[in-house]
Amino acid sequence: MTPQNSWWSWDHAFAVLPDLLFEGFKITLVATVLGTLIALVLGLVVAIIRRSAPRIISTPFTWVVEFIRMTPLVVQLVFANLVLSPYVDSSLSIGIWVLGIHYTTYMAEVYRAGIDSVPKGQWEAATALSLPRMRTWRAVVVPQAIRNTVPALGNYAISMFKETPFLFVIYVPELLNVAQNYGSTYFRYTEAITLAGLIFLAASYPTSLLIRRLEKKLA
Amino acid sequence: MDGVIGFLQDLGPNLQLVLDRMPLILDGLQVTLLTTVLGALLALVIAFVFGLAQLSKVMIVRGVARVFVEFFRGTSLVVQLFWLAFVLPQLPYPLGFRLEPLLVGVLALGLNYGAYAAEVVRGSIGSVPKGQFEAISALSLSPARGMFRVVIPQAWALMIPSLSNLWIQLLKGSAIVSTVLLYDIFFQVEQLRDRTGTWFAYSFALLAYYLIAWLIVILMNGLEIRAKHQIGRGPALRTAWRSLFQAPGTTPSGGRTARVVRDRSVAASGTPMGGGLA
Repeated sequence: MTPQNSWWSWDHAFAVLPDLLFEGFKITLVATVLGTLIALVLGLVVAIIRRSAPRIISTPFTWVVEFIRMTPLVVQLVFANLVLSPYVDSSLSIGIWVLGIHYTTYMAEVYRAGIDSVPKGQWEAATALSLPRMRTWRAVVVPQAIRNTVPALGNYAISMFKETPFLFVIYVPELLNVAQNYGSTYFRYTEAITLAGLIFLAASYPTSLLIRRLEKKLA
Repeated sequence: MDGVIGFLQDLGPNLQLVLDRMPLILDGLQVTLLTTVLGALLALVIAFVFGLAQLSKVMIVRGVARVFVEFFRGTSLVVQLFWLAFVLPQLPYPLGFRLEPLLVGVLALGLNYGAYAAEVVRGSIGSVPKGQFEAISALSLSPARGMFRVVIPQAWALMIPSLSNLWIQLLKGSAIVSTVLLYDIFFQVEQLRDRTGTWFAYSFALLAYYLIAWLIVILMNGLEIRAKHQIGRGPALRTAWRSLFQAPGTTPSGGRTARVVRDRSVAASGTPMGGGLA
């Protein structure tokens, strides 16, 4: 090994890289994909409930959504992990659900704006054709609403990806946790944490360029 | 379910315990507020410097600003925090030094959210109508004067909602700082857990953050109303004080046009929690 006082050691870098990629990054990716799926589905459900449920339901519902959105993910993660760990084996699945539900509250806002942007005439046409309410949502409103929301939803997926290191607090072995473990084992943090950051950058930057292009195309 | 019942049964003694531990909790609150406010101030400075630099005519300046913004947006807040706390002290002389935990927290939060906010600044200045820039040259104002007296006041009104959301993000992100030995309110409330149980301690923590977030919302709504009033696009704070309590993300009092413009600047920036697009 190169002397400890050189600022970058390739030996350490190559020693930690496989763990980062094949263990940490894998879990980070799994958490992001599943968390995003949860948020995509629940977000739409929340947006529709807020729009169509009677006031007595939608108002308290809105409070809950806002509360989740305005409180830290970290606190929610630790809380959920402590409460649920007797019933759920894996802290990864708890983490995925908390992440998914947290981002549900953001994505619901995106869907809401998308639904608002569907012209009123479309609703009127659906009424005029006496389409059932379910069918109006499914066949008329949602398909038009979703088109405009794709870039914003994508941006949230990326930002969820970059927030997966918060899962560190419930001991999920995602990318940063693997890096941190290596660092504390060898008392050598430089390579592991720097590489973890670069992996985040290498994955998120091209994706965000892709979304920016999509945004221009849809606009 | 027993968690909820126990929560209600022990509410009285638990609140007493909170009172007993108040000095520590207040210490934690002070740390959280300090990181949140200093982090936001740093983020604001970074946002304006790098937001404006991205609009520079000099390619090098633009390039450096873009790299900076993409780097700090792309590498994740927690990684940056850990880098400052664990890697920086291990770098050899003269690079390596150990920062105070408070400084680590403020720097990481300020750099990360500053990079996001730089995009908001860039987007908002970009959505000030072209005619305004033409008016600046027509009145032969100097570019700097035009920027500070004409463009920025209008862009400022546009960017406040997004900055407000980012500030709340920053507050929420600050809950991680106890991992780098900065003992914030979350850390102090967590210490209550073995005495009060999980439900009480964490509900208390969530509520504390929720209230701080509302302080930010009210402050920023006030700034937004004032900024709009100053450029003649809205009522004075005295008459519009009700909109102070408007939750973020709900339709603002400005109505349809304000929404569209706001969403355009947000869509351009791609910030987290930036709201939707129309």
